[in-house]
Amino acid sequence: MDAVLALAEASKSFGAVRALREVSLRLVAGEAHALAGENGAGKSTLVKILSGVHRPDNGRILLDGAPVDFGRPADAQQAGVAVIYQEPTLFPDLSIVENIFMGRQPRTRFGRIDRTAMSEQARRLFARLGVHLDPEQAARGLSIADQQLVEIAKALSRDARVLIMDEPTAALSGNEVARLFGVVNALREQGCAVLFISHRLDEIFELCQRVTTLRDGTLVAEHLIADITPDDLVRRMVGRDLDALYPKQDSAPGEIALEVHRLTREGVFTDVSFQVRRGEIVALAGLVGAGRTEVVRTVFGIDRQDAGWVEVGGRRLRPASPTAAMAAGLALVPEDRRQQGLVMDLSIERNVALTGLADVRRGPLISRAAEHARARDWAVRLRLKFARLSDPVGVLSGGNQQKVVLAKWLARKPSVLIVDEPTRGIDVGTKAEVHRLLSELAVSGVAVLMVSSELPEVLGMADRVLVMHEGRLVAELPRDEATEESVMSAATGRTAA
Amino acid sequence: MTALTEATRPGAGGRGLIDRLTRVRELGIVLALAALFGVTGAVNPSFLSVGSIRDILLNSAIVAMLAVGQTLVIVTRNVDLSISSIVGLTGFGGALVLADHPAVPIPVVIAGCVTLGAACGAINGLLVGMAKVPALVATLGTLYAFRGIDYAWAGGRQVNAADMPESFLALGSRSVLGVPLLALVTLTVLLAVGWMLRNLRSGRELYAIGSNPDAALLAGIRVRRRVMAAFVANGALAGLAGVMWAARFGTVDATVATGRELDVIAAVVVGGVAIFGGSGTVFGAALGALLLTGITSALAVLRVDALAQTAINGALLIAAIVLDRLLALRVAGTLRRRRYRDAR
Repeated sequence: MDAVLALAEASKSFGAVRALREVSLRLVAGEAHALAGENGAGKSTLVKILSGVHRPDNGRILLDGAPVDFGRPADAQQAGVAVIYQEPTLFPDLSIVENIFMGRQPRTRFGRIDRTAMSEQARRLFARLGVHLDPEQAARGLSIADQQLVEIAKALSRDARVLIMDEPTAALSGNEVARLFGVVNALREQGCAVLFISHRLDEIFELCQRVTTLRDGTLVAEHLIADITPDDLVRRMVGRDLDALYPKQDSAPGEIALEVHRLTREGVFTDVSFQVRRGEIVALAGLVGAGRTEVVRTVFGIDRQDAGWVEVGGRRLRPASPTAAMAAGLALVPEDRRQQGLVMDLSIERNVALTGLADVRRGPLISRAAEHARARDWAVRLRLKFARLSDPVGVLSGGNQQKVVLAKWLARKPSVLIVDEPTRGIDVGTKAEVHRLLSELAVSGVAVLMVSSELPEVLGMADRVLVMHEGRLVAELPRDEATEESVMSAATGRTAA
Repeated sequence: MTALTEATRPGAGGRGLIDRLTRVRELGIVLALAALFGVTGAVNPSFLSVGSIRDILLNSAIVAMLAVGQTLVIVTRNVDLSISSIVGLTGFGGALVLADHPAVPIPVVIAGCVTLGAACGAINGLLVGMAKVPALVATLGTLYAFRGIDYAWAGGRQVNAADMPESFLALGSRSVLGVPLLALVTLTVLLAVGWMLRNLRSGRELYAIGSNPDAALLAGIRVRRRVMAAFVANGALAGLAGVMWAARFGTVDATVATGRELDVIAAVVVGGVAIFGGSGTVFGAALGALLLTGITSALAVLRVDALAQTAINGALLIAAIVLDRLLALRVAGTLRRRRYRDAR
């Protein structure tokens, strides 16, 4: 069958980094094609070439077999390519409905935007997707999941011939994913070609008919989904047999390192109490929006609690003071590494040094040499992939950026390490490395508190699982009692006492 | 299932009031205007006389015109500092042509000034849109460049009211149905631009660009072209304001409107247009101009030292921004609680 959109031996370099090398890909009408690969394998670059954001250095884009030049995203859109990008690209000041139709608003005969028709179309789209959002509401303040749903509605509203989805499900719930897949399948049956990227292998196997694997910017293999197993796919992605994904080592819990007592922040979470011992990994599970991130933010002193307190090593922390929390030996690896974890324009070594400027100081000045040594040391220990330590962290892949955030905090030798979604948007290989590292830290006596939305990660890594539901701690499950069913039913409030 | 994520949320009611309040940012300034006129009028009733109000409208017409244009630019997350120089250039140029070539019809002179202003705006647009010079720097440069051209052209000359045709000067002082003509011109432009910003794709795209420039590119918006257009339109309106200046004041030289760009930006910001783009309306900006002009008049009526007026304008500007910031924080807090409620 002829490809609607194809890439023929396309290459793309950014400076010295060869992001994509002579990759060919054919998207056929009525077929969902998965793109698999670790972070940094070149998936996002490929998407950006097909969507007109980047122009390939070599090779061609073929539309219905004829070469085309996508100089701008608008060119790709006119050719019928709709893209859901990994990061939501919304206009915070504008309403949801304007976000969906920006640049393509329905108009009356006189060129005036037809708001009634626009709202009506948005409502129909949302009904089809099963989304309960007010289309007239401003996009500012939407949760990540809601933003992602708006992105999806935006792409679907284009009636595209080619639908490209770069990690559309990262923030979505099971229900929402099922709805999305239903709509995508319907589009596919109408003759739409689909390119789908996800780190969740089960989704690839559920939705797609064909899978192309990339590694280090080159094409490894193309398979029919029916011809390959998930294990094979993982092996092709990482190019080696994976160490166990959850290398949890047993360690004996020591004394209490972190104690949270009846912590409350009005309207966010209520009466949250728990302890984390040295040598223990405690997972904080729950649905998105249950208040987990908010709890750890308050524990670390970013937000101020309305009641309750936090003790580290038996000493009560001053509220709302990250400085005090850090001094007490607390470290927080935040959920959103691009916004909160890193200064994207600063170099790797500068970022690593940020949390310990006192350690790299010589008199009143910062010693570049000490900074460099500190970063090099951690880069080796965390197996960081980089060109030079003086490169800005923005050029690293997501997994490697996360390692830099970890290095930045581990360099402080914390007694309590809080990690919020430590492996979100990270490839399988790096994921295993992050897990190994967390496990090693626990064995060495660090108390680890891990917020995670990934059930296998929670079950695979935690000694104890705390479950939150609607701002309250509803269950505490030891490792041998924590199962998918027990955690999920607590998280959805079914066993809430 | 691999992930623990939230189940579908129910739609929520009772959010109308917050949304409406966040949308109608002009409400605050309307209240401020009411308070200004109420208090001043109570102290000195002559402030509310027809003549006094007509004066205030006339005085605010030019600043309001410039504020409308500036809003187009600021909404796209840019700024144009060069408008006062464009007013100076077109105001002096127009007056000079009228004085030296009385045969040229007045509409042609007006069209010429608007075109000259648009050309100046195009230079700004090229620098910002094509050459990617930050607007603050580019228009600071053209602020001096345009004024320099103005000085060279004038060569120290001044055009007096006596040199210009009566019919032209009448435009500056005439009233239609009791409303000054210049105020009507500004009102017409205001309504037209306000309608376009709300109802045309190109208008909405200006907001999109200011709200998230990267997303605007991905949405297929021709960002450079739109930014360019905003600068050209702003330049054209500044050209029109230049003619209005000449007609209103009669005596013009090369220093016309020097320093006025900051008054205009102040009016725009007081009027609720976000300085980093993406939100605000021309109506707010025009109200801001009216408020600042009204305060100047009120302070005179209240016999406040003229020197203190500048300081008061500054305090007002800061108050407007602080209020805006507090409102934003309030809204963020409300959204927080609301989201929590919805999640239950």
